[in-house]
Amino acid sequence: MSGGFHIVVCGSLVPDPLQTLEPVQGPNGPGLKNEGMLPSVLDPWAGHSLFEAANLAKQVPGSKVWLVSLGPKPKLQQLMMTVAQKVPFELVVVDGNAGGFTESMEVAAALAGAINAIQGLDPSRLLLFGGCASASRDAGATMQILGEMLGIDEMFLGVDELKVQADGGLHVLERIEGGKYLASVCAGPPAMLGWATGNLPEPPNNPQVGMLNMRGIMPALQRAQAVKVGAGTLQFDAVQVPTQRRETRVVKDVPVEEIAQEIVEWLKG
Amino acid sequence: MSQHADTGNAEANLKTLPGDDVRQIMWRFADRFDLQMLVQSAREVARGPVARLVAEGQRNTHEWTEEKNALLAAYDQAGITTAFMEPEQGGFIAGPKNLALALIAFELAWVDGGAATGSLAGNLGLSPIHEKGTDEQKNHYMSLAVPVQPGEERETLRPAFCLTEPLPYVGVDTGVLSGKVKIKEWREGEEPVLHVEKRGRFITNMGFANVVTAAVDSDDPRIKGSCMVILEETDPGVWDRGAPTKKMVHQLSSTSDPVFSLTIPASRIIGGYTVEDGVIVPAFNHSQIIESVFRRTRVTVGLMSSAKLLSAVEPIIRYQRGRFRGGSSGAPGSPRFDLGLQQKEDSIQRLVDVWATGEASASLGFAAARVFDEFDPLEAQKDSILAAAGVEGPRAALRYFKSKQEEAMAFLRLTRQPAGERDEARLEDLRSDVIVQYMLGEAVANVVCPACKLWNTGHGVNVMREAVSLMGGYGITEDCPGFLGQKWMDGQLEATYEGPEAVQRRQLSVTMTHDLFLAQFEGWIAELREIAKTHPQTGACALSNAMELWQWVLNHLLGAKDADGKRLYAGARQGVTFPMADALCWLLAAYYQIQDVLELEVKGAENPALADGLPGFVSFFQDLCHVQSAAAAGEVGRVCTELVFGYTAQPLWSDSCHQCCSGGQATAEGRPCLAEDGLQDYLALRTRMDSCLCGTRMAKDRAAAALAQVMIPEALDYPR
Repeated sequence: MSGGFHIVVCGSLVPDPLQTLEPVQGPNGPGLKNEGMLPSVLDPWAGHSLFEAANLAKQVPGSKVWLVSLGPKPKLQQLMMTVAQKVPFELVVVDGNAGGFTESMEVAAALAGAINAIQGLDPSRLLLFGGCASASRDAGATMQILGEMLGIDEMFLGVDELKVQADGGLHVLERIEGGKYLASVCAGPPAMLGWATGNLPEPPNNPQVGMLNMRGIMPALQRAQAVKVGAGTLQFDAVQVPTQRRETRVVKDVPVEEIAQEIVEWLKG
Repeated sequence: MSQHADTGNAEANLKTLPGDDVRQIMWRFADRFDLQMLVQSAREVARGPVARLVAEGQRNTHEWTEEKNALLAAYDQAGITTAFMEPEQGGFIAGPKNLALALIAFELAWVDGGAATGSLAGNLGLSPIHEKGTDEQKNHYMSLAVPVQPGEERETLRPAFCLTEPLPYVGVDTGVLSGKVKIKEWREGEEPVLHVEKRGRFITNMGFANVVTAAVDSDDPRIKGSCMVILEETDPGVWDRGAPTKKMVHQLSSTSDPVFSLTIPASRIIGGYTVEDGVIVPAFNHSQIIESVFRRTRVTVGLMSSAKLLSAVEPIIRYQRGRFRGGSSGAPGSPRFDLGLQQKEDSIQRLVDVWATGEASASLGFAAARVFDEFDPLEAQKDSILAAAGVEGPRAALRYFKSKQEEAMAFLRLTRQPAGERDEARLEDLRSDVIVQYMLGEAVANVVCPACKLWNTGHGVNVMREAVSLMGGYGITEDCPGFLGQKWMDGQLEATYEGPEAVQRRQLSVTMTHDLFLAQFEGWIAELREIAKTHPQTGACALSNAMELWQWVLNHLLGAKDADGKRLYAGARQGVTFPMADALCWLLAAYYQIQDVLELEVKGAENPALADGLPGFVSFFQDLCHVQSAAAAGEVGRVCTELVFGYTAQPLWSDSCHQCCSGGQATAEGRPCLAEDGLQDYLALRTRMDSCLCGTRMAKDRAAAALAQVMIPEALDYPR
């Protein structure tokens, strides 16, 4: 690829999954109990796509990574203290609701606006990355709608691997049923890739990378445009946590194989 | 009808445990992104690799294993190793780093104190060079301690610090050293070659260190006094790491008793040397170097104990709530199922004590770290100013400072006068006078550093025992969530190393009587009286009265004699000076705790992310302040009363005694115990302080109620 890719990663925050996530009805619709005060993490699927993007940019000279995040500014700033240490990127912030009760079309429209406003972004070199799903609410539609809005025809979902071929073509592995992959090839960018987990481990924190990223992150947070998503246009009939089932038995000295077998049988019902 | 202020804010409930945004404000690094990132980075190492090692039982070995050694790479990768270096040496934090190192220690000790110690010991090994080394020594060794970068062919320098008094178990006397240095060879016109003999004991990082900064005494008339030298593993001679110490704590740090018999060039004398009349005169003796080193590193040790106390809160709440779940009694939805042990007042009130102590000790520790961050540049400027003024040697410096003391006092007096009524020009002059500001800073630094080390670790480990007990039998098992049992045991070492409690008390007993400290202390009392007007629920009133009582008693003891006519406040009279030092620590911790909560109230309001939770946090933390202020006042009252009355002559039993003790009316003259002048004044102060404890137990009730309803995560976030 001559000149490198322009990789735009869409990803925002979700509540730390270790927290108690209890749906409640608030004045502006449903939300999580104490949502504003819960610590946040980068949405795991978006995180995988960010790490894949950084890895790709490292391999293809001239490439650049933007992280476009729709979320409340103060929470994003806090999140960046971790994320910014992982890989180099330029942040674009859209200040708005990042809860699980927003509508995919509205979110996609806000992201499309922000992406279109990125100076120097070359649509012909664009690889649009994001998670194939979200830990906040698994509608799994936002990236496809966003791709449509940006006029991208090549779309892949559940991606675990992207290889750039010698001719500049993109070889993509998408997850399909039964633990199998669908292998596809497209001529090159522009393309949208909704990532599953990818193959890369989470990079360790590196404060020096963080210090470099922070030079652009604080100005990006300051100039963030506010958008209204998911407030008032949607109505939810009911929201509840999936029921949990716990069956605990304390045993000693049982071989691992026996435990595994028992779990398999339990899963089979 | 009287009015009641201390009712707390019933609407403001503590909704969640405090997160990073709250702590960044309270501990004053909300505008320091470098530190915020460092915290996240250190946390990931602590709750990942460190926690996994603890869970896997690596604490059960004394040896420095391969698994433990892997931590060094984790520290390197996360920027923990380089946090100590200047940017030009390969670091990433510019300026003073006391708060940065304090935050690293806090995060690592949240999981394991030994890991924190191992990380800090590398900095300690470099500190003599950092503080007093020549420019050449600083640039060389600090740069080599930066982890190896891609493309570099060298080994990362891993330092250790080796002081060691001659014999173990005979008490601390850092003035006497076990190491000796003499001249091996000194050819005309060439640099002298030295021979160093040094045996270290309990030396941290010795399992892998390749450079040691060692304190040695002269064993040669051609070398004056003592000094510190830099030893390298590749120096000719013996470099024996020694046997691992069989310590029962901090097993994730390497400790052994090394033996060195090495030949080194004289350029390894830290700070350099001059030659006078054929004698090598080191620029700094070892005492000067360790004084400037320990005055900083002790703060981080104090904060390790704070982290452990605060880390205990979440696992204890989870344990208490889940205590009866899964049993035959208490169906889901019942109070027994939901609250478990938290139905019982004692369980949650004791946890309030643990949390309040943790808050106070963290406030004291981080305040001390910030004091040193402000003090470091002043100290560097002071050295240049003294040199320019031709002031050489400690005695000349003391005389110089004495000549400036009145100006420092004048500055304090002016700051307390209302703006517009004071000489502003004079105030600004004194504010920009480096020496004046240095002296004021030093007076506080010399108190808060030992206070933090003494109280945070000593009292902290006692409270940690309480935390362990709140987990029942689970607390003293290896798999107790939060590793509370290990943290409790580790606390004993934190109270001991880098100067045990007696050393800190000794230092405090001297520094807390400095006029410049006491003048600032008086200012803090006045400040608390103002705070009490607007924030009575912090317990500021009780605390200010306790501080006034302590001050009165100190003045009294400084001039008083015991029944045998011996001076009470004297160096050897540790039965008097040490309890006063202990009492002061309680006061300082509670004072800084209140300051942190006020900061949260003001700055938190500027952070929209805190909008929902701020009133609850402020209300709850104020209640904790109140609880801690009451505890401090109680402790101060006990100590002061014992000291004031305990050294007076016990009168013979008389009718007056009988009348007094049986509750009858007695005049002052009729109370023989109060025969001494001024004791009535003491009683008046004491009574005032006691009566100001009103509302403190109500505050504790509110704080306890908050603990029974606060939302906690589903599971502890370590090991990851």
